[in-house]
Amino acid sequence: MTTQVPHPAPPRPTPPRPTSAIREPASAAGEPMSGAAAVVRALEAVGTEVIFGIPGGAVLPVYDPLFDSSMRHILVRHEQGAGHAATGYAAATGRVGVCMATSGPGATNLVTPLADAHMDSVPIVAITGQVAAPMIGTDAFQEADIVGITMPITKHSFLVTDPAEIPARIAEAFHIAQSGRPGPVLVDIAKSAMQAETRFVWPTELDIPGYHPITKPHIKQVREAARLLATSRRPVLYVGGGVIRADASEQLRALVDLSGAPAVTTLMARGALPDSHPQHVGMPGMHGSVSAVAALQKADLIVALGARFDDRVTGRLDSFAPNATVVHADIDPAEIGKNRIADVPIVGDLREVLTDLAAELRREHTQHGLPDLEAWWTALDDLRERYPLGWTPTADGLLAPQHVISRLGELAGPDAIYCAGVGQHQMWASQFIRYERPRTWLNSGGLGTMGYAIPAAMGAKAGMPDREVWAIDGDGCFQMTNQELATCALEDIPIKVALINNSSLGMVRQWQTLFYGERYSNTDLNTGHETRRIPDFVKLAEAYGCVGLRCESIKDVDATIKKAREIDDRPVVVDFVVSRDAMVWPMVAAGVSNDEIQYARDITPAFDRDE
Amino acid sequence: MSRHTLSVLVENKPGVLTRVAALFARRAFNIHSLAVGPTEHPDISRITVVVDVDTNPLEQVTKQLNKLVNVLKIVELTPQASVQRELLLVKVKADDASRTAVLQVVELFRAHVVDVAPDAVTIEATGGEDKLTALLTALQPYGIREIVQSGAVAIGRGSRSMTDRALERIARSA
Repeated sequence: MTTQVPHPAPPRPTPPRPTSAIREPASAAGEPMSGAAAVVRALEAVGTEVIFGIPGGAVLPVYDPLFDSSMRHILVRHEQGAGHAATGYAAATGRVGVCMATSGPGATNLVTPLADAHMDSVPIVAITGQVAAPMIGTDAFQEADIVGITMPITKHSFLVTDPAEIPARIAEAFHIAQSGRPGPVLVDIAKSAMQAETRFVWPTELDIPGYHPITKPHIKQVREAARLLATSRRPVLYVGGGVIRADASEQLRALVDLSGAPAVTTLMARGALPDSHPQHVGMPGMHGSVSAVAALQKADLIVALGARFDDRVTGRLDSFAPNATVVHADIDPAEIGKNRIADVPIVGDLREVLTDLAAELRREHTQHGLPDLEAWWTALDDLRERYPLGWTPTADGLLAPQHVISRLGELAGPDAIYCAGVGQHQMWASQFIRYERPRTWLNSGGLGTMGYAIPAAMGAKAGMPDREVWAIDGDGCFQMTNQELATCALEDIPIKVALINNSSLGMVRQWQTLFYGERYSNTDLNTGHETRRIPDFVKLAEAYGCVGLRCESIKDVDATIKKAREIDDRPVVVDFVVSRDAMVWPMVAAGVSNDEIQYARDITPAFDRDE
Repeated sequence: MSRHTLSVLVENKPGVLTRVAALFARRAFNIHSLAVGPTEHPDISRITVVVDVDTNPLEQVTKQLNKLVNVLKIVELTPQASVQRELLLVKVKADDASRTAVLQVVELFRAHVVDVAPDAVTIEATGGEDKLTALLTALQPYGIREIVQSGAVAIGRGSRSMTDRALERIARSA
């Protein structure tokens, strides 16, 4: 029986600060206990509230003291679900997400969510059991070198074989996960270390001499950035997911207002600046709006804030924003100059960078007056007016998926949390829901993990039980991880699922339509209208203890969403049977210049040829 | 492409070499040679890595290496500001007819004979890459049977110690 350690309620949403991982537990110095109990005690000490996991042989010792802990353990159905749930929890709350698995297959099932969290800089800690120390390296039952396997997809990892090290390594793992550029950290603990007796000693300082993220930006660079922002004629603030990870939305808003410059928010940054803000000109990238793509292409100054010039944003790199001077601010020095040379590199925490930048910009304005951006705004407003986001009605009489998602956004509103899988539905959800707050849009951006939505929504709802959480999922994605509906139903995590069911792997099908001569090789899933409906999603939902609803007609869309919103005691799955021929527009085809953006099929705006 | 020598101080912990080597592989950087060994500080190991990259990718290599939690410090050692040495062991055919000539080459390059057999000698030589290449070229006509060569190790000229500076920084950040 472990002592209940009263842990302080974690601040929310917590900005990742360098030393926040270390909290002194009430009375612990040198207390004798098993290594397994030390794992539980250490997790409590860092403020863990929820753990997503599945027990198994090598991690079993931890599950015994965990049974008595104040921490909530949510028993998932697949370790991948545990990993994405930890990610969803972290992305929605700003706190470190925790998942737990046994050795071998349990641990390897975490590989996808670890890679996912690594690409999108999400702070999670994975605790895995490992075979007993003397067995390591012998190909023992359920042995996998998970530290070796996950090296390139974790921020850091530890293998612990000495029980005395458990508290320190867990403290370090949480610190590393949430400080600097956040990311996943794996702690692999040998079963022998869990079973051995040890003394619990909470570290007074962290032994990570090679780890010191730079948070304070260099003022000279910030001044230069301010000077450029005050004097350029076509500036754009290129806002990335780092702004959300740094909890810097407020500071961003201040800079946007002060600068008068247009801002674009990437797929990872939706909600960092309210969509209703007049200077918000849209999402850039492969499926971005014409105004946002054009703003970057024609800019004379790009101020990148926690963004990484991803290929899905830049298109062909050598023709991206050819006339722009680049200011690049990021907490990770390795991102600066990686894809695009930065003229003004700024390394630092975005809250500090944005605060300092606003102060310096104010000084510039006082000395030299406000920049004249009128011509720039005229050009961008013209594009916004001529090329708004929209869709054409379907030809087959089935629902337009864009209409469903748009109505969902209107009815559930900006306070709901929306969590998407990967594919067409993800793009439509990023385009047609208006995001007004950070941490209301969760998706798998970098890795593009199909199956992310259901477990991530579960994690978000577990962390934010009072918020309405919608998973917007495709029929392909949903079939990869829907087993977690059982977890949601049993653990009282009433998420809502809007299934955008086009009976196919929609985005792949779209590419087959556009680039493979309409040869639909292996993209038909047979879940929709006039198919055998395998599986029948309504029956599947009911089998999992959820409410299953189906909507096939435009006149029922609002009523079905309202009905789903009223159910709060169980998860709800709404099967929206939509047209499979709907396509995501605008689109910049892979590998071509952003200048070639198509507003709709074969319609390329002439923004690059205006002058 | 140009050749660069990086001296990397790392924590002396299991798996650190794997992390460093894997990073090069994962980011598609070419390692020309790699040498690892202890330093005067028991908790710190030193990796000397010679890479063939352009200047921009070199900066990316350094930044990515710096992100590894176990990496303490990275310094690029230029040929002008450092001493760089490799160790070569080479087994050359040498019978009564050719031995004297082989030994003259050994003498000329200030190398040593470390093993003698009736039909071969094993030669130890240290030096920069140019010297060792020249030695091998000179030995070639006699018949080279086996070569083993270390990666380069390098140390900065002057009195300052890279480890001291790394330790000072650690002490300050603690």
